[in-house]
Amino acid sequence: MQLALRDITKRFGSLVANDHISLTVEPGEIHCLLGENGAGKSTLMNVLYGLYTADEGSIELDGVEQHFDGPGDAIAAGIGMVHQHFMLVPVFTVAENVMLGNESTGFAGSLDLGAARARVREISERFGFHVDPDAVVEELPVGVQQRVEIIKALSRDARVLVFDEPTAVLTPQETDELMAIMRQLAESGVGIVFITHKLREVRAVADRITVIRLGKVVGEASPTASNNELAALMVGREVELTVQKQPPTLGDEALVVEGLTVVDAAGITQLDGVSFTVRAGEILAVAGVQGNGQTELTEALLGLQDGVRGSARLDGQELVGRSVRKILDAGVGFVPEDRQVDGLVGTFTIAENLMLDRSFGKPFVSTGTVNQSLLRRFAEEKLAEYDVRAPGISTPAGSLSGGNQQKVVVARELSKDLRLLVAAQPTRGVDVGSIEFIHSQIVATRDSGVPVVVVSTELDEVAALADRIMVLYRGKVVGIVPADTPRDVLGLMMAGERPAEEVA
Amino acid sequence: MTGPEEQSTTGEVDLEQAPEEETAPQGPSRFEQAMRDVVTGNALVAVLAVFLAVVVGSLMIMFTDDAVRDSASYVFARPQDFFSASWDAISGAYAALFRGSVYNTNADDFATGIRPLTESLKFAGPLIAAGLGVGLAFRAGMFNIGGRGQMLLAGAVSGYVAINAGLPGPLLLVAATVAGMVAGALWAGIAGLLKARTGAHEVIVTIMLNYVGFYLVFFALSRQSLLQTPGSVNPKSLPMPDNAVMPDLLGDRYNLHLGFVLSLVAVAFVWWLLNRSAMGYRFRAVGENPHAARTAGIDVGRTYVTVMLIAGALVGLAGTNQVLGTVPSGVTVDVDAGIGFDAITVALLGRSNPIGIFWAGLLFGGFKAGGFLMQASEGIPVDIVLVIQSLIVLFIAAPPLVRALFRLPSKEAA
Repeated sequence: MQLALRDITKRFGSLVANDHISLTVEPGEIHCLLGENGAGKSTLMNVLYGLYTADEGSIELDGVEQHFDGPGDAIAAGIGMVHQHFMLVPVFTVAENVMLGNESTGFAGSLDLGAARARVREISERFGFHVDPDAVVEELPVGVQQRVEIIKALSRDARVLVFDEPTAVLTPQETDELMAIMRQLAESGVGIVFITHKLREVRAVADRITVIRLGKVVGEASPTASNNELAALMVGREVELTVQKQPPTLGDEALVVEGLTVVDAAGITQLDGVSFTVRAGEILAVAGVQGNGQTELTEALLGLQDGVRGSARLDGQELVGRSVRKILDAGVGFVPEDRQVDGLVGTFTIAENLMLDRSFGKPFVSTGTVNQSLLRRFAEEKLAEYDVRAPGISTPAGSLSGGNQQKVVVARELSKDLRLLVAAQPTRGVDVGSIEFIHSQIVATRDSGVPVVVVSTELDEVAALADRIMVLYRGKVVGIVPADTPRDVLGLMMAGERPAEEVA
Repeated sequence: MTGPEEQSTTGEVDLEQAPEEETAPQGPSRFEQAMRDVVTGNALVAVLAVFLAVVVGSLMIMFTDDAVRDSASYVFARPQDFFSASWDAISGAYAALFRGSVYNTNADDFATGIRPLTESLKFAGPLIAAGLGVGLAFRAGMFNIGGRGQMLLAGAVSGYVAINAGLPGPLLLVAATVAGMVAGALWAGIAGLLKARTGAHEVIVTIMLNYVGFYLVFFALSRQSLLQTPGSVNPKSLPMPDNAVMPDLLGDRYNLHLGFVLSLVAVAFVWWLLNRSAMGYRFRAVGENPHAARTAGIDVGRTYVTVMLIAGALVGLAGTNQVLGTVPSGVTVDVDAGIGFDAITVALLGRSNPIGIFWAGLLFGGFKAGGFLMQASEGIPVDIVLVIQSLIVLFIAAPPLVRALFRLPSKEAA
């Protein structure tokens, strides 16, 4: 089945999210939709899936114009979607999830689970998925859950499958497996739309690449194009993809963590006896698949976690047991992993956000009053210094793009007198142009003699920034290895396998 | 009602709607989000809600009027009777409302004519103070439904101090006022403390504290050793000593007293607190995003306690205002006169913003003053005013309804 989007235009008020976007996907083809966050990829797919109605343009399947009033219509027409955040019921079995929304019933409305089971087995055998129809979804690894989503789409006879940022939650190995699955699906005649902003994946799997920027198609690229060419198309200018950084000038051991353990309210050990040191002027990158204790580690360092045991000393001073405010005042800068929840007050202006962790005294507050003119001057300065693209310092931070929001957070944290920087997922959901800038700022911080802990689930980022790499798996340190450790070794470590020779 | 409004609101929608949010923020619960929308909704909706409420109120006046009902029975025979009766009823009602709340056009001289306005201001004073207490708490993410209990406690304590302290001259007034505000602060502070320490939801705690406060004050009013007038069996205290009564602002002819000025001071204070002070900055940060506030080193629990103390003091000022100003004849359990709950409406209508609360307080003060005359001169039940007030809340609480009625663009993009 050939899918064609013609001149799709979608406006939100005066903002044009999709501006006459045309796209065709042939059967058996993997068509990559490449673009930064906010470029309009998800809007376009929501139009295709019937969640939004296009203001102009049409959707055609094998040359027949379609009108989708909701996902139900799109599914019936043969379009399947594998969502970034899985649309599965965690406590249901695989078979129950697959039949959900398309339940076949027998006598007196009883569910015909057998048919669903058979369907799961059949599809899973055809593509070699190894999925047990009776497994409970929440007990499956993330990669397998994603296969359940794929099975679900295929069970409705999807002829066009849309993958929306499918690799964000996967280990490198799982990503490779997914690529193989996509290839296999394409060979069986399914058309695939693969949405991503990761250049490496695009080049690995795409037959055709369409690049979207600011709601418009800015060009098609061939899979043989280099990373730099693709990035330049995506961002609209030449981009430095590798971080320029000199070998580190190491100082004393600044952060010494010993036996750090976090037990959550449910009694589950989320972080288990983690020990490491970071020297002044060094970046320690913490790698690992999401949810393996990274959040607990950074929050324990910042005093945000309850149930912390062990010790973390910064320049000889114990951090564990101190309040967040004391730790921040001791010179710890923190870029939280979810900026919209923990990093910014969305309704506050940029200027107000820039003083969020310094509302107790100098420089912005004297005798209980906020020094408005100083804050304004400071904000103007940081806006220019960090290249935050915003109408002005009074713009609500929540209305900025992800990259610009993150720049505001980074500007706030780096403009303090730092003795330690903890950055969790510093470039998640950030456009390529801003990644370059944020990385260079983190390296500059290291070069000024500050110890830095960077947590990232993206191996590219880990490789770009790290002086040493620590890999976490299920709350434990798998190993601490040099920055030049090969990707596949890191990938295995992220799955919990200890490397042959361990380097401290 | 289209045109300029439509354009201006469209602009806002654009800023607020980032259509391509990749990660859905783990925001507050749906209930809190709904309450937030209700309390900080846009000014236009507030004005339109008042307008709609008045329109619906007019219909109610029509249907409760005897002449209108009589003429309705032969409306097809003589429709003009029906329309003129309706017009008389509605225009008469609102004219009476105006005469009762702003200027009495039937008066002989200006000094008498302006008296209704001073009455409106008198009623507005405690509404504004208590509205500030509710609105301020809301800005820090706390729903203070305990206005009634806080006012009662504050009124009882300031009454007790006024009767028993025996201080000379204006000192007694100062002491009684401060004591009342402290009592209100502590009563509200309980809810803040419980939320901070145990996570108890302040809506439930403050509502329950209303009952506790009511029966506590009732108990004090039935014990001669506490507040009850010696030798009396009524649950009422002695009248306030003269030097504890808030002085009249415009002389004996008018009832407007110092309480209104104190409320104005409170407006200025809350404005400074929210917009200029570091503490107010933290209140707002906690109210808008407690996660980010906590991550930035702000003690969220302590902020809840602090804001409830200040909010309680403001509501307490309203209670003091009643006991020492408007009804100095003695403390009763009717001290709050419904103000504790009206304050929620005032804060809603004023969108939790001190300036907005000031205007909303004036409007409701006017309703209160004018409602009496409406009943007295036109025979329209004073409840109509309550209906209008309630409808205002209803319309503010349902912005989509107001938007649909006036064909404003919807806030949801697609």
